[in-house]
Amino acid sequence: MARPLDWQLATVAGLRDETDSVRSFSLTLPAWAGHRPGQHVDLRLTAEDGYSVERSYSIASEPERAPEVDITVERIPDGEVSPFLHDVVVPGDRLELRGPIGGYFVWEASQPGPLLLVGGGSGVVPLMAMIRHRARAGAMNPTRLLLSSRGPGEIIYREELDRLSVIQDGFEVVHTLTRAQPAGWNGYARRIDEAMLSEVLAPLGREARVYICGPTALVESAANALVRIGLAPSQIRTERFGPTGT
Amino acid sequence: MTDITTGDLMVDGNALAGLLAELFGADVTMVPAKCATCGEVNMMGGLHAYVRAPGSVLRCPICGAVMMRIVRTDRATRIEMRGIAYLRFERALL
Repeated sequence: MARPLDWQLATVAGLRDETDSVRSFSLTLPAWAGHRPGQHVDLRLTAEDGYSVERSYSIASEPERAPEVDITVERIPDGEVSPFLHDVVVPGDRLELRGPIGGYFVWEASQPGPLLLVGGGSGVVPLMAMIRHRARAGAMNPTRLLLSSRGPGEIIYREELDRLSVIQDGFEVVHTLTRAQPAGWNGYARRIDEAMLSEVLAPLGREARVYICGPTALVESAANALVRIGLAPSQIRTERFGPTGT
Repeated sequence: MTDITTGDLMVDGNALAGLLAELFGADVTMVPAKCATCGEVNMMGGLHAYVRAPGSVLRCPICGAVMMRIVRTDRATRIEMRGIAYLRFERALL
């Protein structure tokens, strides 16, 4: 079994397009030590001349899927790594990675109590690992995902989230569409703000644990608003991924 | 597209988990670190991290003081941590 800091070779077992610019990669890792929902992997690409570049990607799949691990990657047009993953990588290819990494942004079904997950765009990825794990573990704790997407075609994992929402195991997804809404849309249609967080949090109560992941500006504003609403900073875990992914 | 400001470039200490684990030999994102400037204690994973530079910088999320700088070159890694009063490692981690 590989230790988290050993680089290991993953084989790409499958690809799935989540939206026009977001693709999931299923990776098989024979020596995978197992992960906790919310952790990430470091992926390393090395060119023939020895130049190498590393990026961190959140794990999207639940630990129960091991030794298969999914990552979900947004294609950033001027990025160094994501265009390669999207345009070049096919099933059977091998990728060098290490992990699982980071015990800070982690939620497991053994942690009881209401849970608020707040995601912006591909910030939903580590939250999805928590949601999938929660479903597999049979947890019934009240859980709400507030997911901000630009438009209906840009909602990552849309069908799966809708499916998980109707099981009645206490999980619910609330969407906000910030730029384009389909005809007849009666959900939120603006950026996440304090009033929205207040409404989404209300059924969970102020004791909820909160995980926020997304672009830094979104995470900052959501975390600050929740503190103004009365949550303690220690209840809130954040994962900022900067201005965009790369 | 909005303008990118310095604030937008900030991520969490958790983003440096891999590099920090290389240096400390264990995952330190859950290790409490006391800021030498303001005295607040925060977990390493919750510090503010600036990683898009030749080196990486961890700052106190409360007062903004620099707590740790890490610079890697081909030959060595230099860690400067005058801004940290202490790190507290649980025995189970070691």
